Amino acid sequence: MSPTEGPEPGERPGADGSAWFDDDAGPVVRPYALTGGRTHYDGGDFDLVALIVTRDAADAGEPDRPGPLVPHVTGPPNRWAPDPEHEMILELCRSPLSVVEVASELELPLGVVRVLLGDLLDRSLILVRRPAPVAQFPSERVLKEVIDGIRAL
Amino acid sequence: MVFGRSEPGEPPLVTTKILIAGGFGVGKTTMVGSISEIRPLRTEEPLTDRGVGVDDVSGVERKSTTTVAMDFGRITLTDRLVLYLFGTPGQERFWFMWDELALGALGAVVIADTRRLTDSFPSIDYFERRGTPFVVAVNCFDGAERHRAEDIAIALDLDPGVPVLLCDVRQRESSKEVLISLVEHVLSWSETEPGPAGAAAPAG
Repeated sequence: MSPTEGPEPGERPGADGSAWFDDDAGPVVRPYALTGGRTHYDGGDFDLVALIVTRDAADAGEPDRPGPLVPHVTGPPNRWAPDPEHEMILELCRSPLSVVEVASELELPLGVVRVLLGDLLDRSLILVRRPAPVAQFPSERVLKEVIDGIRAL
Repeated sequence: MVFGRSEPGEPPLVTTKILIAGGFGVGKTTMVGSISEIRPLRTEEPLTDRGVGVDDVSGVERKSTTTVAMDFGRITLTDRLVLYLFGTPGQERFWFMWDELALGALGAVVIADTRRLTDSFPSIDYFERRGTPFVVAVNCFDGAERHRAEDIAIALDLDPGVPVLLCDVRQRESSKEVLISLVEHVLSWSETEPGPAGAAAPAG
């Protein structure tokens, strides 16, 4: 495995209006080691701006669906050992945080974060608050609220 | 409560997003940064549909995934309404990302530079085809020749009614005006267009 070829810290190419692509965006292979090589969560998509909220410990004790085990875990579901990244997500999402922000905070690619979120959702450790349904255009009221909100910035 | 889907007892939160598009180096990051906190986002996609050795899984020497890093910004508008701005990846080979970004977006800002107007054509084509409401924000760089908005609309072959604004995205107030114009455009647009925004338009 080659060493990281990404930009040095403090030398972010994005600052000039460009973006990072390919190698400049940082290593990809290593993050998927976190997910045991899984690149997709089969339970559905996590929208970029869906809000993730950590469930209260009391709620989480009664999972509505047990969910599949990750391959390397052999014990029963309640013996699932979360990775540090899972713990970090649970900590971060004590107050609602969007999927993109979780990815940004953890400095992990979106795809990896979605797999990790899937693990947590399967174990009922998080709640997902989806944004408005795609087919439903934001109401006039929301649009006016957005305008007022921007004006007040 | 707008969508009525929140858990009982928790404050309802609504998230919405606006895309900031345009050619490479036109000021997308600057605009996101002038009005919100910028944060980096990384994402990646398999290259399976790109004719790059799909059967070659020999390791990291041959890339099977492409990575894109881009900016997004968060603006907390009220205690229950959060707006995210996403700068779109500026190169065509990253359009796989646009579809996800555009899904459910309120609308888009296409930033244009009069010295390189053609750079904004792909973005305009994309949003027109998709049926996403957008405005064109002409970033008046230092030294850029000033043009009238009407002339730019003609040069870009815009549909009637698509707002063209002259702006300086380095200025917070100017960026605010652009976003407000967009949402006002969306308001009037949603009254005249039958279909919901964000719904899949026929792909080209």
